[in-house]
Amino acid sequence: MFGAGGGTSSYREIETAELIVLWGSNARETHPIFFHHVLKGVRNGARLIVIDPRRTSSARWADLWLGLEVGSDIALANGIAHEIIHAGLAREDFVRRATAGFDDYRRCVEAYPAERAEQLTGIPAGVIREVALAYARATRAQICWTLGITEHHNAVDNVLALINLALLTGHVGREGSGLNPLRGQNNVQGGGDMGAIPNRLPGFQDVEDVELRAPFEAAWDCVIPPRRGLHLSQMFDAMERGELTSLYVVGENPAESEADQHRALRLLGGLQHLVVQDIFLTRTCQLADVVLPATASWCEGEGTVTNSERRVQRVRKAVEPPPGARDDLEIVAQLAGRLGRPWGYGSAEKVWAELRGLSPMHRGMTYPRLEALDGIQWPCPSEDHPGTPTLHTRLWAEPRGGPPAPFSVVEHEPPVDELTPDFPIRLTTGRRLDSFNTGVQSSRYASPLRRGESIDLHPEDATQLGVVEGERVRVVSRRGALDAPVRLDPGLRPGLAFMTLHFPDEVPTNVLTIDAYDPKSGTAEFKATAIRVEPLAEPATT
Amino acid sequence: MSAELALSIDGRDIRVAPGTTLREACQLVGTEIPTLCFNPNFTAANACRLCVVELEGARTLVPACSRAVESGMRIQTASDRVRHSRRLVLELLGSSVDLSLAPDLGELLREYGGRPERFSEAGSATVEQPVKVDNELYVRDYSRCVLCYRCVQACGVEAQNTFAIWVSGRGFEARISTEYDAPLPDSACVYCGNCIEVCPTGALMFKSEFDLRAAGTWDEGRQSTTTTICSYCGVGCSLDLVVQDNQIVRVNSPEGNDITLGNLCIKGRFGHQFVSEPKRRERSS
Repeated sequence: MFGAGGGTSSYREIETAELIVLWGSNARETHPIFFHHVLKGVRNGARLIVIDPRRTSSARWADLWLGLEVGSDIALANGIAHEIIHAGLAREDFVRRATAGFDDYRRCVEAYPAERAEQLTGIPAGVIREVALAYARATRAQICWTLGITEHHNAVDNVLALINLALLTGHVGREGSGLNPLRGQNNVQGGGDMGAIPNRLPGFQDVEDVELRAPFEAAWDCVIPPRRGLHLSQMFDAMERGELTSLYVVGENPAESEADQHRALRLLGGLQHLVVQDIFLTRTCQLADVVLPATASWCEGEGTVTNSERRVQRVRKAVEPPPGARDDLEIVAQLAGRLGRPWGYGSAEKVWAELRGLSPMHRGMTYPRLEALDGIQWPCPSEDHPGTPTLHTRLWAEPRGGPPAPFSVVEHEPPVDELTPDFPIRLTTGRRLDSFNTGVQSSRYASPLRRGESIDLHPEDATQLGVVEGERVRVVSRRGALDAPVRLDPGLRPGLAFMTLHFPDEVPTNVLTIDAYDPKSGTAEFKATAIRVEPLAEPATT
Repeated sequence: MSAELALSIDGRDIRVAPGTTLREACQLVGTEIPTLCFNPNFTAANACRLCVVELEGARTLVPACSRAVESGMRIQTASDRVRHSRRLVLELLGSSVDLSLAPDLGELLREYGGRPERFSEAGSATVEQPVKVDNELYVRDYSRCVLCYRCVQACGVEAQNTFAIWVSGRGFEARISTEYDAPLPDSACVYCGNCIEVCPTGALMFKSEFDLRAAGTWDEGRQSTTTTICSYCGVGCSLDLVVQDNQIVRVNSPEGNDITLGNLCIKGRFGHQFVSEPKRRERSS
């Protein structure tokens, strides 16, 4: 946001907030230690509002739970903004001095009075007003979100809708107030910071900016393609068109993690050449022409990761990898050598030293400093800089530093996969406490909490379908079908079902999901699939 | 800003900020007060009475870990009365509880000249009982439990807020227990292992450590500890991986870490099995 892709606050700041909003995040299960900081905040008197279609284990800690319709987040955010503006609680001094585009934004949210927002979201108008007043009046307020916001076809607009709220109320750029996307994987933040996204160079620098590109071209003695590349979803579209015929996959299992799995398998299977680098022979590896066995980077090699509070942290080698497995860096460097580019990086620290030379926001982070300070939060422009716990304080500086933060006009758009009489139930997906993604890591320890995959239904839906807990049913979407046992969850609402992606060998949830994706982020709409559930006449064999 | 408070510790005068505890004040003059139930990340539990010191004018000894400094206090940290009280606490624990995996307490027993045998020879009761092994992640050996309450605190409001365990029973019958003494898989436990992290006596133990000890192959001399970052979600919890014979045998988190305060979740604490999964070796052939 505002030119920097990271959360604005430190975890410890959550403890001092007056109001904490978890929006599309079940942090109690998906970010448990972050939730410890939330609980400290609650113990310190903070009010906790959880916005999630499911009444999750996080929601059980909330003063207020808003069980909105899946995919109606923008309508809710704009409705809240409408109430804030009409109550005269917009932070006008901040809006004037630190933002741009407020008039267009105000005209946009004028179309979202609480009554209309209620129709779109299912949240009573009075509750929308209550949240609006609480957020605007809090001295320090935090909005934290996860994939409930970003796994939608309009993910970026969803995020912008939340940023708008913070700009409207001045809840950003000050200690204790902020906007925080909780990253789902241990180096999602670092991957983006290092340029492992299609439009950025290391240091989150725009690849399409000739001036930013120049130092890299000098350092690497090459010409960098001046245009952004493809994100994951665009790559699959390019495979469909026959334009992308070779793929090198590092540490990802798209054969099981991609939405619309039938399509993903067909496209991966149709490639001319597939190389997969992973620690296990995953389903994707099984489709590959070449498999490069890799080390588990977090404990079998050296390097850094970056967490959700922008803290660059050292990972260190604790165990020897199995014979034949090689460090990711070694594999990539050797590959480069065979391609005629002997890079000569001897160690992760040497790569890091080069990065520091090219990325201003990492410049002050030497390995010894990362060690001594237990990680450093970017930006850290020089070796005497302590790192930045709170981002965008420039917006409050006198005079304001840098350009104003823009409001964005964003409109409600329902999920792509429509509910119809044939597909009347909304399926949403997520994680459980003891498991992770497609289970490559988490399926291999003996968790006493593990109960296997299921389709979770509200008891009323189960009664209407005439099915009971544990009974196997057929789940059908417009793209595929599978059989799964029923689990009853009164935390769901009638018409809302829930599954995870954790056990693809048992239940391949992604044969159901839709690969409609956000044009900017490329994230598929895992959170909103239209399904029907059919009782099975007799026990099925899958 | 309130004025500093003056007190004397073992005859030495010192001034400290209001809110400082006696234990902290003692630390400032270089006197370490022994503690058992105290954990720097938790509110003082006031359970073990090992940290007592003598406050001039007070009828009873006072717990240094929680008692705040007041102006004009005169404190004795090693008087006969203090030493006698600490010795008795240690002897009673030593006579009834298996302290063989609590080296710190053993050392204190020696330092205070404690003789637990004067109770055990007299046939005093012990808390000996079978080890509870009811899941693959951690075991509970309450023969080693000194009732310091740290696990209860870690499971409760001080950290995890799961409330799977509490103290049940009264007096000598007091035990740490799940609801209705249910096995862990039937309890509210979420296997964060934050209770193991704070257990000072080995009563709560990783199953991996328990099995190696049972096989006689647990060997701290062959172990190394490396700090790294968890491989799961994006919070970035620091893990101290304890490795023996190239196997991760125990996972802690540094108690001073700003992100974790020593706490982890089930994945960070126990979810590392995949690293040593035999399938990773097969494939390389």
